[in-house]
Amino acid sequence: MAENTGTADMQTVAAEAGDDGVRRRDFINIAAVAAAGVGGIATLVPLISQMAPSADVLAESSTELDISAIQPGQAIKAVFRKQPVFVRNLTTKEIAEADAVPLSELRDPQTLAERTKEGHENWLITMGVCTHLGCVPLGAGEGENRGEFGGYFCPCHGSSYDTAARIRKGPAPKNLEVPPYEFTSDTVVKIG
Amino acid sequence: MSFPWANEYTPSHPVMKWVDEKLPLPRFVYNAVGAGYPVPRNLNYFWNFGVLAGFCLVLQIVTGVILAMHYAPNALVAFDSTEHIMRDVNWGWMLRYAHANGASAFFVVVYLHIFRGFFFGSYKAPREMIWLLGVVIFLLMMATAFMGYVLPWGQMSFWGAKVITGLFGAIPVIGEPLQIWLLGGYAPDNASLNRFFSLHFLLPFVIAAVVILHIWALHIPGSSNPTGVEVKTESDTVPFHPYYTAKDGFGLGVFLILYCAMLFFLPNALGHPDNYIPANPMSTPAHIVPEWYFWPFYAILRAFTADFLFFPAKLMGVLAMFSAILVWFFLPWLDNSPVRSGHFRPLFRKFFYVLMLDVLVLGYCGGAPAAEPYVMISQIATAYYFLHFLVILPIVSSIEKPEPLPYSITEAVLGSDDKAALKPAS
Repeated sequence: MAENTGTADMQTVAAEAGDDGVRRRDFINIAAVAAAGVGGIATLVPLISQMAPSADVLAESSTELDISAIQPGQAIKAVFRKQPVFVRNLTTKEIAEADAVPLSELRDPQTLAERTKEGHENWLITMGVCTHLGCVPLGAGEGENRGEFGGYFCPCHGSSYDTAARIRKGPAPKNLEVPPYEFTSDTVVKIG
Repeated sequence: MSFPWANEYTPSHPVMKWVDEKLPLPRFVYNAVGAGYPVPRNLNYFWNFGVLAGFCLVLQIVTGVILAMHYAPNALVAFDSTEHIMRDVNWGWMLRYAHANGASAFFVVVYLHIFRGFFFGSYKAPREMIWLLGVVIFLLMMATAFMGYVLPWGQMSFWGAKVITGLFGAIPVIGEPLQIWLLGGYAPDNASLNRFFSLHFLLPFVIAAVVILHIWALHIPGSSNPTGVEVKTESDTVPFHPYYTAKDGFGLGVFLILYCAMLFFLPNALGHPDNYIPANPMSTPAHIVPEWYFWPFYAILRAFTADFLFFPAKLMGVLAMFSAILVWFFLPWLDNSPVRSGHFRPLFRKFFYVLMLDVLVLGYCGGAPAAEPYVMISQIATAYYFLHFLVILPIVSSIEKPEPLPYSITEAVLGSDDKAALKPAS
């Protein structure tokens, strides 16, 4: 083997193999292909991860709102993560309506208390994104159709939400999502 | 290529001989779509739509590359740059209308091409691979068309993007992160628009590559024909050029007359006025519908209004919509009848026409508002659609007694093979 002729001599190859028939070259083959494979897969991480929300999109993900001007029965549409969020000041009648519904009748059972903050039960804050296919339901604006349950109504495929923004009728599977939020004072809410 | 009597490419000019030795590309073209490809002599006008689909692909790529020279894929200016194309760019209005109506024309000819395949059993052995590649092309076309419709960044663009990516949100567990990943945000925005533009530019070239595979696979068994009887002798075929280049040329002329009538006189007839309103994430248009060519599938999506077989309604709708196309992949094995052509299958033929009607009903419901009676009609039509492929077709193909087939293509055309044998070709 002093001179490398470039052609593998079968006897030399056999001689290189250990007692178990494993050659040095087998090890080098497996190690090289494994390293290349791991490297190739590692390359996919940046290629896939670049499609996730970028830092500036994530940075816009909290909103502060002054809610002092919203009268009972009124609602406003604000923007959170570039999507509409509904802030609604419920009337006592609307709260009573929501509390009167037995949980067994609901597709996505939740009480109004679970969907609001303690001490602020009249403030219903939900995403304005229908849980069916993402349309903006009607009902937050003055004079808009609130559907047959008095909450929100999605015009796209006819989902109706009640005064606790719970799904009552139509194709949507879930209640309108309650985003993470906190009251920083009695009149200011921080969403996100 | 496919038959021993195919004409041989014989370059006479020294330059062409030189090229043929180094890179036989002219030979390849001659054998693929020239005099070197023998084609059954009895093809009817339904066999024009493959060439027309190829023409539409070229039309879309040419107009699309030009539009990309003037369009800006940024959420702040995308709508304005589209209007800039419409008002300020020389001939921009024509190029954009040609591209938008070109998409509709592409789907018209492809749907006719697909239904030609359904009726004449073009998906059967030995042509399964051609069919499977065709379904892949159709799926790629749908993805490309969807992303292209988002680019003008009007109200329908925005809400179409939201609804369609919302479909992925129906997948359990991974759905929501997947949707955010696809959009690059929580709602369609600049990141989504940019990636849709990038992919909308790329996919047509992927389609072109799969089209080449589709034609390659076609040239192994050769073209099918309206009798479904395979080619037996030379008298059953004529060379593609000049016979079918001429016939396809005539078909192309008819197509162009209809296409130009749409382009110049009804350019917005298939569009939605809402898409001339800039995208507004805060307000959904009252009536969202996709482009007409998605209506049948959209009707299937919306047909599931209640939970079904333990699946939530939303997921079920999504699964059904994708299955409506994926079931085509199994068509060659669902239809077991050895007879290809619907002309000789009396029972199959009746159900074929019912299916065609069913798809038209689904299309009508998909474009209608999501209210009764359309929801119930779509539910019935959806049930029938799947019944046709999964139950009716296998049963019909096993119980049906087909009509007698002609001995050969020549006999089907001339009454007897002898007549052709007396007059050798050319």
